Amino acid sequence: MKPTYQQPTERGYYGQFGGAFIPEMLYPNVEELRQQYLDILAEPEFQEEYQMLLRDYVGRPTPLFEAKRLSAKYNTRVFLKREDLCHTGAHKVNNTVGQILLAKRLGKTRIIAETGAGQHGVATATVCALMGMQCIVYMGEVDMERQKPNVYRMRLLGAEVRAAMSGSRTLKDATNEAIRDWISNPVDTHYIIGSVVGPHPYPDLVARLQSVISEEMRKQLLEKTGSELPQYVVACVGGGSNAAGAFYHFLEEPSVQLVAVEAAGHGIHSGHSAATSVLGTPGIIHGSRTLLMQDEEGQITEPYSISAGLDYPGIGPLHAFLADAGRARFISIEDEDALRAVSELSRLEGIIPALETAHALAALGQLGAGPDDVVVVNLSGRGDKDLETYLKYADTIL
Amino acid sequence: MTNRIAQAFARKKKGLLNIYFTAGYPTLDSTVPLLTALTNAGADLIEIGMPFSDPLADGPVIQQSSTVALKNGMNLRVLFRQLADIRSQVPDTPILLMGYLNPVMQFGVENFCREAAAVGVDGIILPDLPLDDYVAEYQEIFQRYNLRPVFLITPQTATERIRRIDDLTDSFLYLVSGPGTTGGANTQAEGVQDAYFQRIEDMKLRNPRLIGFGIGDKASFQHACQFAEGAIIGSALIRALDDTEDAPAAASRFVQSVLQ
Repeated sequence: MKPTYQQPTERGYYGQFGGAFIPEMLYPNVEELRQQYLDILAEPEFQEEYQMLLRDYVGRPTPLFEAKRLSAKYNTRVFLKREDLCHTGAHKVNNTVGQILLAKRLGKTRIIAETGAGQHGVATATVCALMGMQCIVYMGEVDMERQKPNVYRMRLLGAEVRAAMSGSRTLKDATNEAIRDWISNPVDTHYIIGSVVGPHPYPDLVARLQSVISEEMRKQLLEKTGSELPQYVVACVGGGSNAAGAFYHFLEEPSVQLVAVEAAGHGIHSGHSAATSVLGTPGIIHGSRTLLMQDEEGQITEPYSISAGLDYPGIGPLHAFLADAGRARFISIEDEDALRAVSELSRLEGIIPALETAHALAALGQLGAGPDDVVVVNLSGRGDKDLETYLKYADTIL
Repeated sequence: MTNRIAQAFARKKKGLLNIYFTAGYPTLDSTVPLLTALTNAGADLIEIGMPFSDPLADGPVIQQSSTVALKNGMNLRVLFRQLADIRSQVPDTPILLMGYLNPVMQFGVENFCREAAAVGVDGIILPDLPLDDYVAEYQEIFQRYNLRPVFLITPQTATERIRRIDDLTDSFLYLVSGPGTTGGANTQAEGVQDAYFQRIEDMKLRNPRLIGFGIGDKASFQHACQFAEGAIIGSALIRALDDTEDAPAAASRFVQSVLQ
């Protein structure tokens, strides 16, 4: 079989990136998942239940909205893929709905997850409530503070939120704690990873479950523009799940420019950034060989972004491969420009985006798109969770 | 080719004590004084932890000691410099390096093996190095430098896989006592752990076994030794170094408390 951008090798490699670098304690669980995930995803009963939940519970298909005032400002045709209208307010639920069905079929009764901005935690707590499963979400102490509404939402949904107190107390550390929990509970627990990171098969599993985003985009673009293919697809990247979903069905279409937008924090070289594609080198994080921010000794560097969902020192191995192969263009956006994009979309289109999503919007001016080009921005999440931050930076935003 | 690990198991058939400590903790220069104190007090094998920012298989005690060690300035270059003369002080006790793959990869696996062999290290434990990757990429390098890898076995490891690990090993098997990271309490129902140890013993494997994770005092050490050639203690030793002015003396007292 010809290798593609979509499909990693049997051992989970996209080029030199991927694999499963896990301690023996995790091997049985990860191996069980590896052997079964493709078969389970292909089962007609699984697909029937998954599609029903995406339609009737998540609210799919999400609209593709032509943003006319934003288009006028950037002198190009901008479409917004409205993942912010998914149940729970972000794309994350596409993955958790699929993984909870998978967990049931694997006979698991206890669910753990990590969360940065809290959107994946909320999406996991939501499906656990729906299925009556125990749910424990690990979240960095710093993130619990800056994304308080999501902490309350998870608790309201019946999940236990455990604070990760080590390191920078953000997404990386929450992921460490979730992995340690899985090591301690190897029999009854399924770990719902929220991004296209972690040991194989997670990057592929999550990309497949998010790929519904680009599947719908193609149909909707055909209806609205007469062509399934846009000139640009733009998405923000922390670990990279919404970007993986938005890119997936365009990966093998070379005419479509894929644009991944990272968080530059206070500036790429300020020492306070999460611009992994620029600052990262190949290494191993959370069981996967990928690009990551590390020092010369291979110690993982603490990342920084105003956005809790992009504040991660690595990117998924698929994205590392896309960066390495030149298939995707990577742009970095600083905190302030992301905040200005929040204001811009709110005022021009009446849509308040999440801080993560605002990074993708802030890249519009850098694309070089012409007046006849079609640009799709994946509007991965809504901004309600970030209101406290928006108030704090009202001077920049208003 | 023989090495000190095989000799240690030949010298002593039962009750071997393997002590883990984190290099560069509690102070940067503690490594060698601790190593000599531990061997003088009767430790049969020494495992030196190479600190890593994100030690996934470790509990809070070893995590914390790793964070402190990194802040103290520990890294592989410093560690190999500290160990340069170690075999003149500790000629016979096997020394193993334990850590995570990423710092070793950044150092260069071949460089790492060359330096480790040069200072007299005998074995390497990298919990996140997958078995298949070891065979495909590193086995030949390890063998060239006569470094013995040690692999972990857990209660969930399948029988066939245990046989494969045993075949690839020429040192000892690291039996993880139960589910959990290092330093955790034994939360298993009574008898479950013993049944697992017994099941492994009944497999009549080629390599000797040391039991680790959650072993922390004389009682748990002696219990583990009923089912294996010996046991590994790490977190409890590191806890014993907290709030002490004289870390080597505290380490000696700790080893004596386990062995006497």
